Amino acid sequence: MKVRIDHERCQGHGRCYDLAPRLFGDDEEGYGTVLGDGTVPPGQERDARLAELNCPERAIDVEEA
Amino acid sequence: MATDDRFTEDFREARGEEVLGSIAEVVTGPVADWATDFSHVEPEWAADPYPIQDDLRQRCPIAHTGRFGGAWLPTRYEDVAAIAYDTERFSSRSIILSNFRPPRELAPIGGSPPISSDPPFHHDARKLLLPAFTKAAVQRQEPATRAFCHSLIDGFAGQDVIDAAADYAQHIPIRVISNMLGFPPEDGPQFRVFVEDLLEGINLPPDERIQRVSRLFDYLLVQVHDHIDNPRDDLTTYLLNVELYGHKLGPDHVVGTMALLLIAGIDTTWSAIGSSLWHLARTPADRERLAAEPALLPTAIEEFLRAYAPVTMARLVKEDMRWHGVDMKADDWILLSFPAANRDPAQFDRAGEVVIDRAVNRHAAFGLGIHRCVGSHLARMELRVALEVWLERTGDFTLADPAAVTWAAGQIRGPRSLPIRIR
Repeated sequence: MKVRIDHERCQGHGRCYDLAPRLFGDDEEGYGTVLGDGTVPPGQERDARLAELNCPERAIDVEEA
Repeated sequence: MATDDRFTEDFREARGEEVLGSIAEVVTGPVADWATDFSHVEPEWAADPYPIQDDLRQRCPIAHTGRFGGAWLPTRYEDVAAIAYDTERFSSRSIILSNFRPPRELAPIGGSPPISSDPPFHHDARKLLLPAFTKAAVQRQEPATRAFCHSLIDGFAGQDVIDAAADYAQHIPIRVISNMLGFPPEDGPQFRVFVEDLLEGINLPPDERIQRVSRLFDYLLVQVHDHIDNPRDDLTTYLLNVELYGHKLGPDHVVGTMALLLIAGIDTTWSAIGSSLWHLARTPADRERLAAEPALLPTAIEEFLRAYAPVTMARLVKEDMRWHGVDMKADDWILLSFPAANRDPAQFDRAGEVVIDRAVNRHAAFGLGIHRCVGSHLARMELRVALEVWLERTGDFTLADPAAVTWAAGQIRGPRSLPIRIR
């Protein structure tokens, strides 16, 4: 599983890095960033889904491997 | 003594006293039909707007009023979102709906950038503020905020009933934002007056409204001069020094942004804290569950933000157009109700219920699109700390007198009087 942020849509609400801080971080302006290459380690699939489903801008994609 | 040419005279006088724009007739009184005559400043709306919004969403999802010179009220999530995203057809040059429409020439900057700005200026003005309001930046305010909340509760010693809106919720954002702007903490009581002048006085006669708004700007100019003379590490000094397009900001921009940061940070967060306490005081099951499961609080806070979203914004229609089935005219207002969007059953299961463990909550309390609340991370921190300290320090609190609870009318809604029995 892999996560991705659509930076055209992200407005810096920060729900992803609040809910899944091991998968997402923020830049110096508060916009979301994907940590590493976005690969979701085993056991963090639920966090990835929560981040996707709570993003108000629908800026997060979760791709099944 | 330091000088700054931008502020050597009152920039408002240099600009002249032109009151361009247009003024509509003030219409008040009971609403005949919410679909054709709505008013968000009437007491019925302030007391409980949700049944009105739910009814409109069913029978007239884009309601209209002739008040305020003409305004539309969309209540479906999809329409609210579409307008928030459509900065081509809807301008932010005034985001407080009133009887006064500022001239079109005020766009794209507006009176209080960046909230009043349209693209492309908006992006650059907003970028100046973002670093000061990231999650990490606002975490630096957390220890002082927590200590301040404790000091407020310490002050309740010996009292059984306290006003959780006036004596607790209100003080927290006032203290935090005056600290960030570098204003004297003892000036806090004046800020409440400024908030009421700007946000709740929209049906006052235009002359009186202008006079009241100018009191805020008089105060801000005193702070500007104090910071020119005594620069320090705060947002006011930052705004005085920061550059955009190779120049320092114009005096209107500096003072307009100071006004925004002061006003937008206060009654919004005050309202969110108050509404959350109101809910918990009247819902023992939720209060007991949060006391037993403190880790659930961040999830519950998102649900309070959804169900009791304090902020409604406004837009102005740019050109005559047919939009989602209605005929909008240039300069019609849009009352952009994030609270109504947040209770749309097409977007949320059990939309009308408060479900404190709602795991999927794509609410729009902080707006959608380019104008996402710049202070959302700060508001969330204040709300979390205020509720943590309250829950830690008070026991089985209850509403002392449900009939005595009053709510602010207008675009920012929250309890203004909230008697709670704390022991």
